[in-house]
Amino acid sequence: MNNCILEMKGIRKYFYGVKALEGVDFKIKTGEVHALIGENGAGKSTLVKILAGVYQPNAGTIIFNHKSVQFLSPQISQQAGISAIHQEATMFPELSVTENIFIGHHIRNKSNGLLSWKEMKDKTQALLNRLELDIHPDTKVKNLSVAQRHMVEVAKALSLNAKIVIMDEPTSALTIKEVEYLYKIIRKLKSENKAVIFISHKFEEIFEIADYFTVLRDGKYIGEGKMAEVTMDEIIQMVIGRNLEHRYPQIEAEQGNTILKVKNLTRIGFFKDISFELHQGEILGFFGLVGAGRTEVMQTIFGIEALTSGEVFINGKKVNIANPAEAMNYGLAYIPEDRQLQGTILKMNIKENVTLSIINKISRHFFLDKEKELKITEQYGKQIEIKASSWQQLVEDLSGGNQQKVVLAKWIATKPRILIMDEPTKGIDVATKATVHNIISELAKQGIAIILVSSELPEILGMSNNIIVMHEGAITTKFTRDKANSENIIKAAIGSILS
Amino acid sequence: MLVLPQKREFNFFIFIILIIFIISLRTPSFLDLNNFMDILNDTAILTMVAIGQLMIIVTGGIDLSVDASLALTGMSVALLNQHYPEIPLFIIILISITIGLLLGSINGLLVSQAKIPPVITTLGTMSIYRGLVFVICKGTWVSAHEMTEAFREFPRRSFLGISNLIFIALLIIVLFLIFLSLTKTGREIYGVGGNKTAAQYVGINLNKINYLAYTLCGGITGLAGFLWVARYAAAQSETAIGFNFQTIAACVVGGVSITGGSGTVIGVVLGAFFIGIVYDSLTMINVSPFWQMAIQGFIILFAIIINTIMDKRNQQLLLRKRSFNE
Repeated sequence: MNNCILEMKGIRKYFYGVKALEGVDFKIKTGEVHALIGENGAGKSTLVKILAGVYQPNAGTIIFNHKSVQFLSPQISQQAGISAIHQEATMFPELSVTENIFIGHHIRNKSNGLLSWKEMKDKTQALLNRLELDIHPDTKVKNLSVAQRHMVEVAKALSLNAKIVIMDEPTSALTIKEVEYLYKIIRKLKSENKAVIFISHKFEEIFEIADYFTVLRDGKYIGEGKMAEVTMDEIIQMVIGRNLEHRYPQIEAEQGNTILKVKNLTRIGFFKDISFELHQGEILGFFGLVGAGRTEVMQTIFGIEALTSGEVFINGKKVNIANPAEAMNYGLAYIPEDRQLQGTILKMNIKENVTLSIINKISRHFFLDKEKELKITEQYGKQIEIKASSWQQLVEDLSGGNQQKVVLAKWIATKPRILIMDEPTKGIDVATKATVHNIISELAKQGIAIILVSSELPEILGMSNNIIVMHEGAITTKFTRDKANSENIIKAAIGSILS
Repeated sequence: MLVLPQKREFNFFIFIILIIFIISLRTPSFLDLNNFMDILNDTAILTMVAIGQLMIIVTGGIDLSVDASLALTGMSVALLNQHYPEIPLFIIILISITIGLLLGSINGLLVSQAKIPPVITTLGTMSIYRGLVFVICKGTWVSAHEMTEAFREFPRRSFLGISNLIFIALLIIVLFLIFLSLTKTGREIYGVGGNKTAAQYVGINLNKINYLAYTLCGGITGLAGFLWVARYAAAQSETAIGFNFQTIAACVVGGVSITGGSGTVIGVVLGAFFIGIVYDSLTMINVSPFWQMAIQGFIILFAIIINTIMDKRNQQLLLRKRSFNE
């Protein structure tokens, strides 16, 4: 193992007592493209952030270039030769390519200490030539395409003389042609003996570009191997792993009448021709890759975004929902994906958050009924098992899982007939997840129609009565629960390439 | 909790008592009842307008035009009183509130409908309103002898030793304490400032709330405009220049988050009172007038720094408690 540039051993990381990584091993050689594979929440991002110096591990060793090291800050990690290219490129749009590449490590003129722009520009041109990029060093980054920005990030990594380049979902915003281009660059890096850590949800990409893989699941190391010696089914098996059937509540709810019918719903640039029906007591799962357009469909139904064409029927009656307030009047509730940005008001306490959605119900002639407010918060807080020292506690002081429960309580308090949940268990611990799953089943049993948008395959399979799979803004397949398995769902989500 | 006073306000209160104690060591007459009434009278207008400012800052906005709309309203009613002395005082007061509401609603419309950022909007209207003061007074003053006695004396008239000015300030404090902490709309104001997206998702009309905050602040400012010119018995084109920054300082010193979402009426009242003490005491302890402005700024900044440090420490304690619990 002489050319092993990096070895991470027994890495552990906890956040407020929640385990994110439990003894993960990871090693990579020079000149290797190494795919880091796992579901959302498996611990890939945490591991990569430890490597980039963003987080400090609670335990474990990192051996880099045959020396035991600690990356105490992103600067230290970068100087050591590790460059991370993030999901959304973190660049300065108003600055030129040269300025972006040399920000933080400007070259100074030795005699007078001033910045030497000419030298930096020449070096930038040399880097761009090396990557065979047709970009002018003076171009402002805001005028570049997403793909070109990624390339500039790669150039920046080279300028830092990076030994390891981390690419976290680099292709999620790229067109097929741009992806091809990125592959070319990755091969170029490989030929220059750089190590590349490649994170992607798209398995066909991993098979195309990676030499070696490591699989994580639930913060644990599952396995590794050469890409050439493994099949897609074996990888999927490792990623999903567990036998899930008994972990989910699996309550067979009586399915009633059609309550929501969506017909040829289209929003140009986001999704097209979306049609489905939802029944009382049904849990309808929406699966797809990040960017498949599921969230956009739900936001359009809830009146947050306007539709281009198509029709929505509730209880058989055609409706035109222009804003969330109208949607709520029709008995809809939408639990958004990002609880901190869209779901909660962090500076308010639990009580105020829970009752904000039903503020008309808890006020009489303009004045708030504080007793009723407390009663309702207690009722739903207990039902959903929010753990807090009091209902007056600020939501920003709660853990992620409890924040999510506050969002759930807030929307269940509106007594919806149709409940749309967008990634309700994203980034929360296993115990809270189980609680959330039980609540979902309980609600379905009460006859509430539920749409469950999730990128976690086990959750979709374990919870849904029916499953709709989306790919690039369109529905590719619909399954009933007995016909669905992880393999055919993933194939549908990846799209036409494999089916 | 956002709206009702809590630890932070209590700490600040103790801090103010401490300051008063230190000042009185040097100048025992600072503790005179008369001097205290003077401070209260001096800070009454600041407190009122700062409460209007609070409402706007809580929604995530800011109003830089309060000094100009105060001056414009004040000048308008002073001119009205000069040329039509027969108009009864309560009509004058109603007119001042109406003009204020109108000026505030222009800000509100520009921010909520035209979507111009609050700083830009109110910088613009600040110039316009101030410019209109020059237009209507043609560069001249309205001075004491041109006002009716009823007009001039109104703020000073007292009942049980408490002036009308203080009564009105108390009324505004109580009204907005109730409005912001006990009503549905008050809660929505905090919701919009705390997280716009989350508020929108629960069906709150963002535009309506923003418009309302600027308009109500305008109403208070209008009333304050009348009280100001009557109290100082003079309406000038430069009336209250720089007062906008005092109202913002009162909010920030009082613990209002400048990014929106939190802040209390009690905090702002204490903040305004603190600024009143600072201004008053510097004169009393014979600080050179040349130094006063710089020292005022320094003390306000110092109070804010203390406030921020206390807040951070509280947060760290909470975080530690939380990771311990789980």
